[in-house]
Amino acid sequence: MTDAGDSEIRDRGYDDWLDALETGDGYLLRCPNNHASLPPRLVCPDCGSDDLTEEALPASGEIVTYTVVHLGTREFNDQTPYVTAIAAVGDVRITGLVREVDAESVDVGASVEPTVDKNPQTSDRVVVFRPSNMIPE
Amino acid sequence: MEGVRVAGVGLTHFGQTPDRTGRELFAEAAEAALADAGVDREAVAELHYGNFMGALGERQGHQAPLMAEAAGLSCPATRYELACASAGAAVRGAVRAIAAGQADVVVAGGMERMTNRAIEETTEALAIAADELFEVRAGVTFPGAYALMARSYFEEFGGEREDLAHVAVKNHENAVPNEYAQYRKAITVEQALSAPIIAEPLGLYDSCPVTDGASALVVVSEAYAEANELDASVAIVGSGQGGDALALQSRGDPARTPATDAAAMEAFADAGVGRGDVAAVEVHDCFTIAEVCALEGLGFYDYGEAVGAARRGETTADGDLPVNLSGGLKAKGHPVGATGGSQVVEMTRLLRGDHPNADAVDGTVGLTHNAGGTVASAVVHLLEVVE
Ligand SMILES: [Zn+2]
Repeated sequence: MTDAGDSEIRDRGYDDWLDALETGDGYLLRCPNNHASLPPRLVCPDCGSDDLTEEALPASGEIVTYTVVHLGTREFNDQTPYVTAIAAVGDVRITGLVREVDAESVDVGASVEPTVDKNPQTSDRVVVFRPSNMIPE
Repeated sequence: MEGVRVAGVGLTHFGQTPDRTGRELFAEAAEAALADAGVDREAVAELHYGNFMGALGERQGHQAPLMAEAAGLSCPATRYELACASAGAAVRGAVRAIAAGQADVVVAGGMERMTNRAIEETTEALAIAADELFEVRAGVTFPGAYALMARSYFEEFGGEREDLAHVAVKNHENAVPNEYAQYRKAITVEQALSAPIIAEPLGLYDSCPVTDGASALVVVSEAYAEANELDASVAIVGSGQGGDALALQSRGDPARTPATDAAAMEAFADAGVGRGDVAAVEVHDCFTIAEVCALEGLGFYDYGEAVGAARRGETTADGDLPVNLSGGLKAKGHPVGATGGSQVVEMTRLLRGDHPNADAVDGTVGLTHNAGGTVASAVVHLLEVVE
């Protein structure tokens, strides 16, 4: 929460992943049994394999579900209403804020690109989805 | 499972009592349960206690021995933390201790004090039941998480906000005669639909309130009940628990809650009863959509079918399967760490016949379902009148 976010201490694995996503080099973790997951991981959550390799994350994905939040925590109360979505990006799903689009235009199936931005209230980095083509297929 | 009896139950009134400390709340519930059981406190061998946010809400860790002391119990005590399923897990711990023959008299229950902090702080405390890195930082609140599930459900199976409004109306109706309930006030579908939206597609009346309260029950072995001539007519005949990935993004389908399926399967197998034997159900309706997902996960409805159950009158007090005769979390209130215990308390009262809605129960078997977070944890118990 706030204390962790303000700290200089990084979350190894997670912050490395955000660094990569921020520069357009996002990745997922793949095990030999073809399961996909997101870091930080020591083992595959599906099969326990410790043979995890990084694989490039597709540049865009599709919104699976979303909500417009009207009652936020202290870390988001200046930003309401805001949109939070889960998007399917390749073989993983990622949760993030949807920005640069009206809440009314967000829909399931819309194409989005995962990037990294900041929560202005905490300066925590956060996954942000930007529209690549906000018209649902 | 055989040989586990509920000897006594106790609750505080559920509501907003910001100045009452957690230790006062739990002591009241435990005292009521011990009095109802007619058991000497010296006989209590263990306390199994549920609490979720006390470290934030009251800046109090290590709560279990504090609560044992508050209740006048001189026994080892353990706190269970599974977000909103904390007390369900505590009851399960007590049941397993008795069933294993490791104890004869155990107190189980839980407490949450929620209204002593600003609503934004409580919202934040509730949010941390989700994945901090992947969900909370992306703005996922507790209502927001269930809104993500509700949207997925509507997309996959259909259904609309009006269907969910009928769940709220039903549970408010059930709470009216319940002396422990926070909201003893009937509402209409129109009121539910016109309430402010908190996380689309969910509105204020799709959501449980924030609540202060505590629950407790005295669980004993059958042998102890017989030797001490206790009035313990209700047995806990089945217990099950399921787990899942914490974050919604790590699961296959946000519209389904497989932890509930797993908990139900284990509890039914444990009890040796079928779904058709169940006469009443208390499910974890922290949000209206949660009741829908629970009824499907428990196997009472096929996927996609439960969303219209309340609207069709199937789960109302006079329906085929009354659901949340207590008023549910929605109207009775949801002191998070106490809820799982309070569901077992209410089902015991319904089956014994001393609950104001007991007449709606046509049978001897009841089921309770307690869920944590977005159902990364689920605990199911089956209760049966055996005398
Ligand atoms: Zn694997």
